[in-house]
Amino acid sequence: MDRRAALKAGGGASVIALALAAGILKPEDVFAADWNKAAFETKSFADTVKALGGGGSTESDQILMTTPDIAENGAVVPVTVESRLPGTRRIAILIEKNPNTLSADFTLPEGTDPFVTTRVKMAETSNVYALVQSGGKFYHAAKEIKVTIGGCGG
Amino acid sequence: MRALIMAAGAAALAVCAAAPAQDKDVTQREIERYRELLAEGNPADLAEAKGEELWKTMRGPKQASLERCDLGLGPGVVKGAYARLPRWFADTGRVQDLESRLVTCMVTLQGFTEDEAKKNPFSAPGRPSPIEDIATYVAGASKGMTFDPPLRHPKELEAFRTGEELFYRRAGPHDFSCATCHGDEGKRIRLQDLPKLTDPKEAQKVFTSWPAYRVSQGSVRTMQHRLYDCYWQMRHPQLDYVSEASIDLQVFMAKYASGGTVEAPGLKR
Amino acid sequence: MPDPMRIRANMAGDKVEVRVLMAHEMETGLRKDANGKLVPAHFIQNVTVAHEGKTVLAAQWGTSISKNPFLHFRFKGGKPGDKVKITWVDNKGETRSDEATIAAAG
Repeated sequence: MDRRAALKAGGGASVIALALAAGILKPEDVFAADWNKAAFETKSFADTVKALGGGGSTESDQILMTTPDIAENGAVVPVTVESRLPGTRRIAILIEKNPNTLSADFTLPEGTDPFVTTRVKMAETSNVYALVQSGGKFYHAAKEIKVTIGGCGG
Repeated sequence: MRALIMAAGAAALAVCAAAPAQDKDVTQREIERYRELLAEGNPADLAEAKGEELWKTMRGPKQASLERCDLGLGPGVVKGAYARLPRWFADTGRVQDLESRLVTCMVTLQGFTEDEAKKNPFSAPGRPSPIEDIATYVAGASKGMTFDPPLRHPKELEAFRTGEELFYRRAGPHDFSCATCHGDEGKRIRLQDLPKLTDPKEAQKVFTSWPAYRVSQGSVRTMQHRLYDCYWQMRHPQLDYVSEASIDLQVFMAKYASGGTVEAPGLKR
Repeated sequence: MPDPMRIRANMAGDKVEVRVLMAHEMETGLRKDANGKLVPAHFIQNVTVAHEGKTVLAAQWGTSISKNPFLHFRFKGGKPGDKVKITWVDNKGETRSDEATIAAAG
């Protein structure tokens, strides 16, 4: 059901990612051939959603983000996303004011929690979006993270 | 509020000042939360793993490993050694810290010249530093233990006294000493709290958090690097790698840090 | 040969919790070196995680994932003793695979 819906969305979770999720392709078969270059070059939230196969995105309070309000160093900003939307198979992280908006695109097969923590680079204070694909539609939540530079280096 | 002399035309040099109490609390809490969120999965683990491998690797003209290196607890004893450094060593007749002791072992066991052993103390992007990784491994092997440097031998006491003089000596174009930033409570540079290093409560928390992964540099930095960097920031003459002065300063600080728990490798901005 | 990852996989209730640290520069291509020359982009583009041969996570990354990437996620269906294999491929075609055994508790 998710596969069909995702395929309908078009340009969304790639065919390879879906094949991986369905167990058709083994991880060893996948090399750097499958990388959504266009999506990693978009410069706005709206353009990124489009490049990922979405017509648009709805804000949702069912997407929980754990982020610091202030990042002492923009080079390493921890971001955790947890989705309570049913059938979440995909979580992407977008950073509005970065040179390129899209930071990561995670495919989570059935059986994997709709939960991921990673660390991102932020060029400056910005909204960070968690974009979730569920039931073929896109939803998002956002948090502003202030980026600052500390002092001497202790 | 105590204001300090602003360095003339020093764009890069910040002023140490006390901050308004309330703003500081909120910001401080958030910064602490940021650090907590980073605590799981310290990239220093990667350096620790590399360091452990290097410790066991045959290197240098003598093609020997460091597994017979005596860090103070006997040849090859790594666990707990960092918690008891700096200390006096009979074979060299000097007080030594971790990094100078690694240099000694690289020379005596592996056959490197002293210059070769000291050549690449601090890593750079694309250029790892073996000694930095090994120091991280050794320090991490004391994690959780009580920091307890001996501070008993006449040479150790002499090093303490010299370190104390160095700590308070004002010099350089900005007339800074270590004490300028680290000799009082409540000091801060921008968002970085400055520990009062002569207060055991504060010294115990920070001294053994080095080596630490510094996210701003994307690599582990050791105590030698921290001191080198401080001297650069004060615009004092360069503090040479594993020089006597760098060790004397550590002996001075180690006294106040005694009794703390070894946190290394830490994680810092 | 790229440096190894540090993988921790353990049971947390009926789920497997995985934390991994990867050793990678993750150069954005925007940084200048000491001579003022741009350091070319060098970053992990694809990550796949397999549990006993079945994919439990796949990711595409850009240059804004931090240096020495950290990843934490959970999945069902694993038990102590099972293997979790993580593979990354970067934009230069370099790749690294490491395996960890699921431990009983974290």
